[in-house]
Amino acid sequence: MRGRFGAITIILTCAAVVPIVDLALPESLRISEAVRGVFLYAILALGLNVVSGYAGLLNLGIAAFMAIGAYAFAILTCEIYPFQVGFWPGILLTLPIGALAGFVLGAPTLRLRGDYLAIVTLGFGEIVQDLLKNLDTVTKGTQGINPLPSPSFGGEAWTASDEYKWYYLLLAVLVIVVLFVRNLERSRLGRAWFSIRQDELASRSMGIRVERVKMLAFSTGAAIAALAGGLSASVLSSTGEPSNYDFQVSILALCIVIVGGIGGIAGVLVGALVMVGLNSIVLVKAAAALAALGIGGQGNVLLSPNNWKYLIFGLALVLAVRLKPDGLLPPRIERSMR
Amino acid sequence: MQPHEVFLQQLITGLSNGMIIALIALGYTMVYGIIELINFAHGDVFMLGAFLALTLLGVLGMEAWSPTWRIGGVAIMLVGSALFCGGLNWTLDRVAYRSLRRASKLSLLVSAIGCSFICTNLGLFWGGVPMEVFAGGVAAAAPKDFPQLIPQTNLLGASAIRITPADIAVVVVTVPLMIGLVFLVNRTRMGRAMRAVAQDATAAALMGIPVDRVIGITFFIGGALGGFASVVYALYNNTIGFQMGYRAGMDAFTAAVVGGIGSLPGAVLGGLTIGLVRAMSDQYLETQWTNTIVFGMLVMILIFRPSGLLGTTRREKV
Repeated sequence: MRGRFGAITIILTCAAVVPIVDLALPESLRISEAVRGVFLYAILALGLNVVSGYAGLLNLGIAAFMAIGAYAFAILTCEIYPFQVGFWPGILLTLPIGALAGFVLGAPTLRLRGDYLAIVTLGFGEIVQDLLKNLDTVTKGTQGINPLPSPSFGGEAWTASDEYKWYYLLLAVLVIVVLFVRNLERSRLGRAWFSIRQDELASRSMGIRVERVKMLAFSTGAAIAALAGGLSASVLSSTGEPSNYDFQVSILALCIVIVGGIGGIAGVLVGALVMVGLNSIVLVKAAAALAALGIGGQGNVLLSPNNWKYLIFGLALVLAVRLKPDGLLPPRIERSMR
Repeated sequence: MQPHEVFLQQLITGLSNGMIIALIALGYTMVYGIIELINFAHGDVFMLGAFLALTLLGVLGMEAWSPTWRIGGVAIMLVGSALFCGGLNWTLDRVAYRSLRRASKLSLLVSAIGCSFICTNLGLFWGGVPMEVFAGGVAAAAPKDFPQLIPQTNLLGASAIRITPADIAVVVVTVPLMIGLVFLVNRTRMGRAMRAVAQDATAAALMGIPVDRVIGITFFIGGALGGFASVVYALYNNTIGFQMGYRAGMDAFTAAVVGGIGSLPGAVLGGLTIGLVRAMSDQYLETQWTNTIVFGMLVMILIFRPSGLLGTTRREKV
């Protein structure tokens, strides 16, 4: 079995030199802050890829697990709650909490057929958002929980001006997640996932415990998504409002996986670069450029690049499924297993 | 208002909204019945229908019409939106779904989600059209007021319980459509072809049924029902927005599942159930929990009774 280890290494190495190039550029052209968003979404999408890519279970509520991670991290670390466990324990605890949430949702629902499961996960995403909004004595409702602690290595805690430290921390976590899922997909469990995706009935006959294996995929994906949530809350020093984890986020993660190439790690990284790059680099810079030229703004709905977001996500999904069903950088593993 | 009057009022509101939800749910259930696709874009097709109705209203200046003429105006909007939504739904099938008939069901669903997002965005652009009915199109994303073409006066006079001409209009439009649909599916040649394709597309094709055309017509009819529903919804609720398709779609899909997806009477029953649950939850619990309750219901029904109230269990094909 050969993955696309070369491609993965090249992408991650390029990511590592971005800040160095960035410092040489004028302020308006710098992108390293946006690239941090790419890392967070790449982690989220790698979680989704475990569920939807490896095990073939469409999850339309991955943002809910991100929200659970973010709020778990916030409640464990924020100074207004009694726990205050600090950054590192807080971030590490998002993993078991996310896995537990995945287990709670997955236990009763994983027997459902594919499209029903997709709708249940979508409903779960809406319910989590509503709960976070309505249980405002605990979650602070639409204000979100803040401030949240930053990491430190012995010395003083980082501030917002330490943006390159943040950058490399997120990159390091991304590398760890990539190594983790890469080992996972080559393990016995990973092969079981590929097998149930191809043919559930045949896998069952071969002795794979389908329910258990699906559950592990669901929980693993949820744990990784929760990690992404905890990190993003820490970067912003706030959970933000519950609608920051809405259906749009789940769909962006799905776009990343489908456009990049479902089931492959390199594909997901490329997908994150393309989709998040489009979302938070190209559209933002285009808006800034239009504003500098004095067009756009309030008058015409078509001239504000932000208003094209839904259209771009939608077209990306429709065209990807139609023209490149395997994505931009399809996984190689599958082929060698045929 | 006395407690029992409050209850009766919520009953009326719930049933009226339930009829509208049922009409949308029929579109989901027909498409699911025939190609097992959750047509995610259906709610957004419904939303665009409401925007077309408001555009027609503005272009023809219906607000200035006399009450009798306004009934004709409503008829124009109903026909216009139905044709438009039917055509749009047919087009989505032709462009985005037909080539995926042999692909996995999940790619089909992903394509439908993509269509839903595209339609949502078109609704946003539509709201920015510089017309008076869209408040000049300045705030494209803001909800739009839909004029009260049908008066909301109380037909029961001074009674505390209100039944308005709008409530009556909901019934007058939805009930004949539902009866007509049941007749079409159960008593006509086309209906028989639809049921044949739903049961076994390959066998139907071998029997000489033009499968793709039948599926296309199913999409058209489902979309047209959504178009009718959009006009009734707009007249009843008097406000429309580009994001209303997602909520309405989720309610209607839940209704279709509650009733048993694939079953026409089930969709109607489910729609009424959801309408009532929403109205009662708004009244007796807090409004902010209503969506949680509806989604919770959806999850519970899918887990414990996936075939719904009136549905039949179907084994997944290998």
